[in-house]
Amino acid sequence: MTGPATMPGRAVSLETVAMSKRFGPLAALDDVSLRVPAGSFHALLGENGAGKSTLVKCIMGFYAADEGSVLLDGKEVEIRNPRDARAQGIGMVYQHFTLVPSLTAAENLLISRADAPLVVDWTREKRKLAEFLDRMPFKVPLDVPIAQFAAGEKQKLEILKLLYLDQHLLILDEPTSVLTPGEADEILGLLRDMTRRGEITVIMITHKFREVLSFCDSVTVLRRGRNVGGGRVSDLSTESMARLMIGDTQIRERAARADRAAGKTVLELAGLCANNDEGLPVLKAVNLKVHAGEIVGIAGVSGNGQSQLFEVLAGQRALDDGRVLIKDTPFEPNRDSYYRLKVFGLPEEPLKNAAVPKMTVAENIAFRSFDRPPIAKLGWWLSPVPMRDKARELIARYRVKTPSPETAIADLSGGNVQRAILARELSGDVDVLIVANPCFGLDFASVAEIRGQIMEQRNRGAAVLLVSEDLDEILELADRVAVMSGGTINYVAAVAATDRATIGQHMAGH
Amino acid sequence: MSQAPALVVLIALIGGAIRVSTPFMFVALGECLTEKSGRVNLGLEGTLVLGAMCAYATAYHTGSPWLGVLAAGAAGAVLGAMHGYICKLPRVNDIAIGIAMMSFGTGVAFFFGKPYIQPQAPRLGALPLGAWTGNPQLAASLEVSPLLLLGIAVAALMAWAFANTRWGLIVRMTGDSAPAAKAMGVSVDLVRFLTTTMGGFLAGIGGAFLSLYYPGSWNQGLSSGQGLMAVALVIFARWSPVRCVVAALLFGAAGAIGPSLQSVGVNQGYYFFNAAPYILTLFIMVLSAKSKRAAHDVPGELSITK
Repeated sequence: MTGPATMPGRAVSLETVAMSKRFGPLAALDDVSLRVPAGSFHALLGENGAGKSTLVKCIMGFYAADEGSVLLDGKEVEIRNPRDARAQGIGMVYQHFTLVPSLTAAENLLISRADAPLVVDWTREKRKLAEFLDRMPFKVPLDVPIAQFAAGEKQKLEILKLLYLDQHLLILDEPTSVLTPGEADEILGLLRDMTRRGEITVIMITHKFREVLSFCDSVTVLRRGRNVGGGRVSDLSTESMARLMIGDTQIRERAARADRAAGKTVLELAGLCANNDEGLPVLKAVNLKVHAGEIVGIAGVSGNGQSQLFEVLAGQRALDDGRVLIKDTPFEPNRDSYYRLKVFGLPEEPLKNAAVPKMTVAENIAFRSFDRPPIAKLGWWLSPVPMRDKARELIARYRVKTPSPETAIADLSGGNVQRAILARELSGDVDVLIVANPCFGLDFASVAEIRGQIMEQRNRGAAVLLVSEDLDEILELADRVAVMSGGTINYVAAVAATDRATIGQHMAGH
Repeated sequence: MSQAPALVVLIALIGGAIRVSTPFMFVALGECLTEKSGRVNLGLEGTLVLGAMCAYATAYHTGSPWLGVLAAGAAGAVLGAMHGYICKLPRVNDIAIGIAMMSFGTGVAFFFGKPYIQPQAPRLGALPLGAWTGNPQLAASLEVSPLLLLGIAVAALMAWAFANTRWGLIVRMTGDSAPAAKAMGVSVDLVRFLTTTMGGFLAGIGGAFLSLYYPGSWNQGLSSGQGLMAVALVIFARWSPVRCVVAALLFGAAGAIGPSLQSVGVNQGYYFFNAAPYILTLFIMVLSAKSKRAAHDVPGELSITK
C-alpha cells in the first residue's frame, strides 16, 4: 500500500463538544459530545428521529449547530458548509446513492473532483484511475454506466469516491440497507480492515445491532437528541444497547404466534410474469402458494422484483402471463374481486401508495367501504355521518393519533398513517393479506403494534404474504420464507428449518 | 430534362435535406443541450421566429447578414435566459413557461417585425459545393449554406464536449441526477440557466437561416411550427447531438417530398405530401414513446418523463 490516497496513519480523530441544534420548539440535538479516536470504526445508534442524522449533518456543515464545536485531531475546526467538510477530509455516504446513473464509474469519479480538468485526457485519467483502484481493496468496473451496477457495486463506488477525493474520515448513513447480507459483510469487513491499518476513521449510522457487534469498535447511542450512553462494543450486549436506544418504554415482545396447522391453499401465484416500466421482464414465472393461517415472507435485495410482484397483486401493474388464484378462483385485481374474495393489502410507503394525502383521515379510512351501505345509499349517495362514525370507531380501536377525523392524512406521522391504513384494511373479515415493508421508518412502539396486528390476522386464519427488505422482520413473523432473486423465487423453506446465511446466499442469487 | 423521374426526386430530396434542415438542426441542438441539463424549453418556436425577425432587421439596417446572424443568436439567448431565470423560481413548471415563451417570442417578433415585411435585406451567401458535378440541377441541390456546416460543427463539438470536458460531464450530471449534482457542490439552477441561454442562442441562429437564407424573407408564417417539430426531433435523436443532425436532415428531406413530386408531375396529394414533416413528427412521437432505448437514454431529471 503506497501512494497518497492510502498512506498509513492518515486517519484522524473526531470529537464533538456539546453540540446542540433546535428546530423551532424541537431540540433535535441536545448537548451531544462524542469522541471517535483515529482509526476506529464507530457506530451511531438510535431510533428514527433520535438525532443521528442531525448530528452528522451538523458535522458535515449542512446545518449550523446552535452551540458546540467540532474538533479534528484535537484542533477545533470551523465547518460552515459541506465544501468545508470536504476540505477537512470528511466525506459522507448518503442513504440514497449520489452517483449519476448515466455516467460511467470513471466519469463519476472524475467529475467528483473539485479540480476536474476542463478538457479530459481520458487515456491519462483512466491510467491514473486504474492505478488508484489497484491500491484499493474495493474493485468496480470503470467503463460501465452506473445504471447497470448492482447495489453493492454502487455502494463500493460511493466509498471509493470518498477515498479518491482523499477523505479519511468517512461518515456512512445506513450503508447496508440496500445490500445483501453477503455484500454488507464484505464491505463492512473491508472498511474495518482499513480502519485497523489506520488508513481511515469510520462513523456509521445504523440500527442493526448485528453489524455493530460484528464490525464496530465503539458505539454512541442517541435518544431524543441526547447522548444516552455507549462505549466499547466488547463491553455491551444487544439487550443493553436496545435498552439505551428505546429508554424506559417496554422492550417489545415478539408477536405471539398461535400454534396452528396451516390450512388449505388460499393464495396461489402461478407462473406470474410482468414487465417493468421500461418494458423489460422483471417477474419471470413466480410460483408460490400461501395457506390459510400462515405468513409467507418474501425476502430479497430490493430491485429483484418484489415491489413489482406487490404491484401486480395490488392491481398497479399489468400481468404479462400467469394467473393469481384465490381459493381456486381466478383473481382479477378489481374492486369487486377484492371485496368478494376478501383480499386486503398494505403497500410500502402507505402515504404514497395507499392514501390520498390531501383527503381527510375519515375519507381515507372509508376507501374500502364508501360505495357500500351504510355509507352509500343506492351505491352512489354518500352520507358523511356514518362515514365519520366508522372512522371515529376505527381511530379509537387502532389508536391512530390524529387531531380529528377531518384532518388531512398527510399531516399525520408515519406510524399513524400506517395505523390508519391498517385500520381500513383489517377492520373487515380478511382472507388474504398482502403486506410490503410495513414497518419501514417506524419507531419501536409502532413496529411492535403493527407486527402484532399482522400476526393476529394470521392467527385468525388469513393467508398473509409479507414482502420485506428487513430479514429480521421476516424471521420474526413468517412461517415460511421465499427468496426472490432476479425476478423469480429461487428458494422456499420453513423459517424454523433454515438460517440467515442460507437465505443470504439465495438472496445473492446462488 | 431527360433524367428519370426517380433521380429527379432523389436529387430534390437531397437538395431539400440540405436546404431545409438547418433550422431544425440548430433548434434541435439547442434543445438537446437544454434537455441534457434536465430542463425542457418548449419556447424555441418563439425563439426561432424572433431570431428570424432580428436577423432580418439587423441585416437590413447594417447591410451585413452575419451581424444579423449574431443578433438572432443574441435575441435567442435573451429569450433562453428569461426561460432559465423564470424556471428557477420556486414551483414554476418549465413546460408551462415554455408555452408562454413561445407565444411571447412570436408576439414580440410580429410586433417589431411589421415594418420589415416589405423591404429587402442582404442575404447570406452559399458555398457552391456542387460545381464539380457539371450537372446544373445537382449543383443547385448541393449549394450549401455556411450555417449548415456550422451546425454540423456545433453538433460534433457538443458530442465531444459531453464526453470529454468538465462542463459536459457537469451538464449530463445535472440532467440525470440533481441530488448528485448538488452533493458535489454544483449549482443546478445556474447550469440549467446557462444551458437554456446557450440553447436559445443556437435556436436564434436557426431563425437567422430562415429569414436570411431560405426562404430568405421575413413574414409571419415563416416558421410554421418548425421549432416545435425540432423539439420532438430531440426525442427521436435520443439526446445525441450527432443523431440530431441526422434527424434534421431526414426532416428536411421529408419537407421536400411535396415540391419534388410536383416537379416530376405528380400533382395529386400535393398538400398531403407537404404535410410529411408533421406526419413524421406524429409517428416519431408514437414510436419513441414505445421505444425501450429512448427510456434508457432520457435524462433522468426531465419533467416530461419524471
